[in-house]
Amino acid sequence: MTAALLDIHNLRQSFPRADGGEHLVLDGVELALNEGQIVGLLGRTGSGKSTLLRLIAGLAQPTGGTVTYLGQTVNAPAPGIAMVFQSFALFPWLTVLENVQLGLEALGLPLPEIRKRALAAIDLIGLDGYESAYPRELSGGMRQRVGFARALVVHPNILLMDEPFSALDVLTAETLRTDFLELWGEGKLPIKGVILVTHNIEEAVLMCDRILLFSSNPGRIISDIAVDLKQPRNRLDPQFRDMVEKIYVAMTARKATPMQIGTVPTATITTVLPRVSANLMAGLVETLAAAPFNGKADLPVLADELAMESDELLPVAESLQMLRLAEIEGGDIKLTDIGRQFAEMGTDDRKRLFQRQLLAYVPLAAHVRHVLQERANHVAPKSRFLDELEDHMSTEDAEHTLRAVIAWGRFGEVFAYDDDSETFSLENPS
Amino acid sequence: MRVNVPISAAAWTRFFSRWDILAFLLILGLLVFLAEASRHLFEPLAELQRQPPSLDPRNLPEYAARTTLRMLIAMVASLLFTFTYATLAAKSRTAERLLIPLLDILQSVPILGFISVTVVFFMALAPGRVLGAELASIFAIFTSQAWNMAFSFYQSLRTIPAELEEASRNFRLSPWMRFWRLDVPFAMPQLIWNMMMSMSGSWFFVVASEAISVGNTTITLPGIGSYIALAIERRDLVAVCWAIGAMLIVIFIYDQVLFRPLVAWADRFRFEQEPGTQAPESWVFDVLRRSRLIERLIAPFAALWRQTLRPRHPEKYVPAAQAAANMQGRFAFQVGLIVVALAAVALWQTVSFAIEGITMSDVATTLVLGLATLTRVVVLIALASVIWVPIGVWVGVRPRVANLIQPLAQFLAAFPANLLFPIVVSIIVAWKLSPNIWLSPLMILGTQWYILFNVIAGAAAIPNELRAVGVNLRVRGWLWWRRIALPAVLPYYVTGAITASGGSWNASIVAEVASWGDEHLQADGLGAYIAQQTDAGDFHRIVLGIAVMSLFVVVINRLFWRPLYFYAERKFRLG
Repeated sequence: MTAALLDIHNLRQSFPRADGGEHLVLDGVELALNEGQIVGLLGRTGSGKSTLLRLIAGLAQPTGGTVTYLGQTVNAPAPGIAMVFQSFALFPWLTVLENVQLGLEALGLPLPEIRKRALAAIDLIGLDGYESAYPRELSGGMRQRVGFARALVVHPNILLMDEPFSALDVLTAETLRTDFLELWGEGKLPIKGVILVTHNIEEAVLMCDRILLFSSNPGRIISDIAVDLKQPRNRLDPQFRDMVEKIYVAMTARKATPMQIGTVPTATITTVLPRVSANLMAGLVETLAAAPFNGKADLPVLADELAMESDELLPVAESLQMLRLAEIEGGDIKLTDIGRQFAEMGTDDRKRLFQRQLLAYVPLAAHVRHVLQERANHVAPKSRFLDELEDHMSTEDAEHTLRAVIAWGRFGEVFAYDDDSETFSLENPS
Repeated sequence: MRVNVPISAAAWTRFFSRWDILAFLLILGLLVFLAEASRHLFEPLAELQRQPPSLDPRNLPEYAARTTLRMLIAMVASLLFTFTYATLAAKSRTAERLLIPLLDILQSVPILGFISVTVVFFMALAPGRVLGAELASIFAIFTSQAWNMAFSFYQSLRTIPAELEEASRNFRLSPWMRFWRLDVPFAMPQLIWNMMMSMSGSWFFVVASEAISVGNTTITLPGIGSYIALAIERRDLVAVCWAIGAMLIVIFIYDQVLFRPLVAWADRFRFEQEPGTQAPESWVFDVLRRSRLIERLIAPFAALWRQTLRPRHPEKYVPAAQAAANMQGRFAFQVGLIVVALAAVALWQTVSFAIEGITMSDVATTLVLGLATLTRVVVLIALASVIWVPIGVWVGVRPRVANLIQPLAQFLAAFPANLLFPIVVSIIVAWKLSPNIWLSPLMILGTQWYILFNVIAGAAAIPNELRAVGVNLRVRGWLWWRRIALPAVLPYYVTGAITASGGSWNASIVAEVASWGDEHLQADGLGAYIAQQTDAGDFHRIVLGIAVMSLFVVVINRLFWRPLYFYAERKFRLG
């Protein structure tokens, strides 16, 4: 057995919170990357997977635990670990060739060698003929190829990829994935191991030898899944579908586990709410109610049908679950009776129903309304609630949560909010 | 494989192209200009008195060359200052806390203030030589250029996209390499725009920076500024016209030879990657770029430059973050000590200086005069806004007109107030008008254009769809202005008005006093007070006047402009 390229032990990352406590982003992460492996870090927004990648790259310092690369602790950008960025991070004032040469110049190699290696990398990654182009002249796919060439040219042992395909359209992303896997499979890439951050379940199953599933808030590894399918993998292969389904189940099941009362998790006042528009929720209810789903759908199938990624679909589904309009079980989503009624209603009735569900199942919405009712003038500043939320979550999450509850409250006409004066009130302008 | 090899074999077959000839001429011209203009630097000061400036227009080319060279040197100094000061402020939290407020105050100190306080020091640096006087003059020009450039660079450094920052760390660029590959390119477009503004600003003060008179020290350096001063003293209207003509030509040449090529070159550093608007063009830039001769001349320097970018110990793995953190801690402590010590010395100096020669009634006088100047600034900004906002919007939504207006406004921004003295003074004297009111427009002469510039930019940035909606819903007249045009340009207008207001305070020193021959007019105001005390060489009162003016500017910025800016940014910024 070969030694691990990278060893991560009990890694922990947290940021100070407004009230003096700490906001935990990553907790107790254990990970070993072996030679010849592609490891996927799969999780939702807020699961800290990008943070983990930056810790590995030495771009940030962990609060606790260690990252060890070839026996040395990583606490600064290490030679031999190169990164491919989500939005490419190309220098717009450098040509393709100059962008690719950048890392080699930093290594202080002699000019002829820089030139030779850069041209070889450009050749390998299929950028021939674009050497003197500027990034703005290239399509997204070609830009990310430059990103890959720039990372590969320094011959890193470990290649870190931060959602490298998520800013590309579906077709381009697929071509780039296939090209990468082909080169990797043929051993043409000068790298020994890959860590891929993604929120796309199919992408993870397509590319990775191992998938680590992350929970959100804080990010913990909840599942370590080995993918034994042979490359090249086929998305339509039943085994492939099974694996995708299994991961969907694992990702949706986890929220129910800590609270065993009933089958549906109940939100509390401190729950971080997803920013999902009421329109999107209504749209999903309608889609579920109509044929061919007739009230019940397999989540991966539904995602395919709506051309949504799991990361987009799951928050909507979970919001429906939170409001008891639907329930999620075993990778399936099913409309409740209330959800079915909602699908049949007109706008005004929907608003009334939404208001009822909101007050019953989203304690924060009920809380805001309660505070407003108690005050003589029925007005309260935003900061009052923001401060309260910040005692329990990060500033950013508090802002997001409050924004989400404002959007829902407006749709359900539970309260009004004026952004200029940043105040909540009970009255809508008439 | 298509690669740009810098020296290709094919290049030798046709050694000279027409681009080479043009480029050769350009460079030769530059060398002659530098030699001609710098020849006088080491002459003894007495030489200046022996050859007093004359109004003969045949002297103007030489005067223009010398003024130009001074501005160029000051610009280089401003760039050096910008690169060091702003970088330090952006990279070190501790330094930032001190340097940025300091810059804010420096910006509010009137330019004449710097001259009157430092001229003796510079004269002492090179006693008896022209060089000392030249340094004083260049320093004065520097103070009219450097601050906003440093601010722009600092702001750019603070807004570098996180991913580019991470990429340069991930590929382990050395700090020096990072500076030239990431920081400077990213800041370049904004910086060049500020350099152009700075250049206009230094033209506005060209008389003040060349015909320096502080108490008994009187220096008149050959240049367009002192030519104008002399023309005004001798009531020579023809000479004033010659000076305007010379200025026009010099500004035109500056634009064609320096700024346009720079803008065309900096276009590649624009961060937006969309193939959007038409790229700026410059024939000089094209000549330089297409000439193989230039390419070959530059090649060795480029290679040398690349050498400096190469890391010295690339293979060494430095746990940079920790080392840097340690160093920064120690560094911060030392800097903190120095700052506290300096602040204590400064306080002691100021207090003892103040007690020595200033009474409470002096302070009261300056405060009242400050209020007078404040009233002028407020009224003028309001008037300029009423006039230029509608015109700016009208121009901005018509791109063709905007392209014509922009260079014109840029020239007008550079137009020194002194050149209007003949007209203004004659009118005031002939019609027996009150100088307190009728000298005031001179204050806003150079700075009102920043309102126009920015409003034009804002109106041009209104999305076509938004305008189409207006047409579609038949939103017209006052409603159109109230609901579409004014909100859309507000953030831009505020930016322009801040510049205009700060500039007007500065300009009050040359605008509240005007003379035409032996006709001297003076308005009551802080600017006139400072100018008067400078003439008298009363350093206590000069410092008092400057301090009070800085105080006014800083307080107004903090209490009025800044909150307005953030409000406009938050509420009305499109996109």
